[in-house]
Amino acid sequence: MDALMNFGQGMFGGAWPAVWTLIKIVLIVAPLMLGVAYLTYFERKVIGFMQVRIGPNRVGPLGLIQPIADGLKLLLKEIIVPSGANKAVFIIAPMLAIGPALAVWAVVPFTDSLVLANIDASLLYIMAISSIGVYGIILSGWASNSKYAFLGALRSAAQMVSYEIAMGFSLITVLMISNSLNLVDIVNGQASGRFADYGLGVLSWNWLPLLPMFVVYLISGTAELNRAPFDIAEGESEIVAGFHVEYSGMAFALFFLAEYANMFLIAALTSLLFLGGWLSPVGFLPDGILWLFAKMAFVLFLFLWFRATFPRYRYDLLMRLGWKVFLPLCLIWLVVVGVWMLSPLNIWN
Amino acid sequence: MDFPTFVFFFLSAILVFAALRVITARNPVYAALHLMLAFFTCGGIWALLQAEFLAIAIILVYVGAVMVLFLFVVMMLDINLDRIRQGFWNYLPLGAVLGFLMVLEMGLVLGSKYFQVPAAEAVVPAGVSNTKEIGALMFTDYVYPFELASIILLVGMIAAIVLTYRGPKKSKISNPNTQVFVKAKDRMRVVQMPVEKD
Repeated sequence: MDALMNFGQGMFGGAWPAVWTLIKIVLIVAPLMLGVAYLTYFERKVIGFMQVRIGPNRVGPLGLIQPIADGLKLLLKEIIVPSGANKAVFIIAPMLAIGPALAVWAVVPFTDSLVLANIDASLLYIMAISSIGVYGIILSGWASNSKYAFLGALRSAAQMVSYEIAMGFSLITVLMISNSLNLVDIVNGQASGRFADYGLGVLSWNWLPLLPMFVVYLISGTAELNRAPFDIAEGESEIVAGFHVEYSGMAFALFFLAEYANMFLIAALTSLLFLGGWLSPVGFLPDGILWLFAKMAFVLFLFLWFRATFPRYRYDLLMRLGWKVFLPLCLIWLVVVGVWMLSPLNIWN
Repeated sequence: MDFPTFVFFFLSAILVFAALRVITARNPVYAALHLMLAFFTCGGIWALLQAEFLAIAIILVYVGAVMVLFLFVVMMLDINLDRIRQGFWNYLPLGAVLGFLMVLEMGLVLGSKYFQVPAAEAVVPAGVSNTKEIGALMFTDYVYPFELASIILLVGMIAAIVLTYRGPKKSKISNPNTQVFVKAKDRMRVVQMPVEKD
């Protein structure tokens, strides 16, 4: 590592910190994009097996080259701008979707030292930046000058704003018991506890004492991603494909990339906040980044499982779930955790 | 010019440009988008001043929630520009007075050094978390004003709902609660029948 630093210092001189940061960004974004590509493959295979089909099996052995072929196809296709569309906004909208989806990864820690920017308020930063992602969807719907796209955009805006609230409230309980907004501290806070002392770290993670909030977070996260069963923003059978119906080629691919990058993000956040991040579930195995990846893979599998299992939610039931079920539940649990922390039974000190 | 100064001027230029476009853009959606850019850039300047909590809060609250709803409404408006322009000269005197007052107020605040008002210099020691300090102050010294402000907001919210509430719906609207809690036996009756033989 020192040799690399010295080499870079000699090669680029004063510009080395900037170049080094760029290298780190590439080291995060490139595997993320590769992961997105293979998540689509994984999704098609998993759903295929759940529906007793084979899934993609033509391109490469076991269909493994399929995502690359899909990517190439999208890259080479023409981007058609509808004649009535607002051209500038139509072009900007996919960028507004992918930008925040990549920018949030700046503060996501992979182990307690492996993080691009270890800032104090990293969880707030993630909430702030990911809340901008909704603009890509709203603007694409508006700029397309199409009824289906506009309906999809309105549905999605209402849905994302509603579920952001439930999500934020479920995070507040995590912040209360961790006494920090820093993701590294939040994960490290889960390393101690009565069960962790017995060597059963898995029972000391936040998911157990905050079980209702874990469920709320996971379901709100699915809704926030516009994934099935909350994919009314796309709703293929109702409004063809919702906000991105007019998009083709790489512009469409950017929405796709943003959605799947956000899936990775929600999976990473769920793992970090509730499932102990890089911590090992049992005492005799070492902690490490592989645990984080395993937990993320588990949460991602849950998303695919949901998609293969549940029928789409009706719109008014979706709003009811967010505002009349999750929000009161979060408010009550907030008080419960507050009282719990002040009572002698407090387990987080 | 050192790097932070450069960043400050860069962000300020974008902020001034975006703010100007908010009031000059003909298309209201463009105006709303530039307002969003202005908020975002403002957050950047605050982050530069080491007020990271405020910076993130303005992005989370204004860009992430308020402007989304704003854009939501503006997108659905059918705005006739000619009709809006009709009243321009009538409103100009009032607008000019308000604008002058705002400039005057800003001048007084920003010129506090010039007018010899002792302004508190913010000295931030290293290792102090902005977010924690604001939280501690908000729930100790300023707890009553804070709670009062939240109650006023709550009253405003309820007032908005009451003002737009048109009474119970007379149409055959379905109640999701009864739908969700429905049981199979409410809708279906299993009948035992002997096997028919001919």
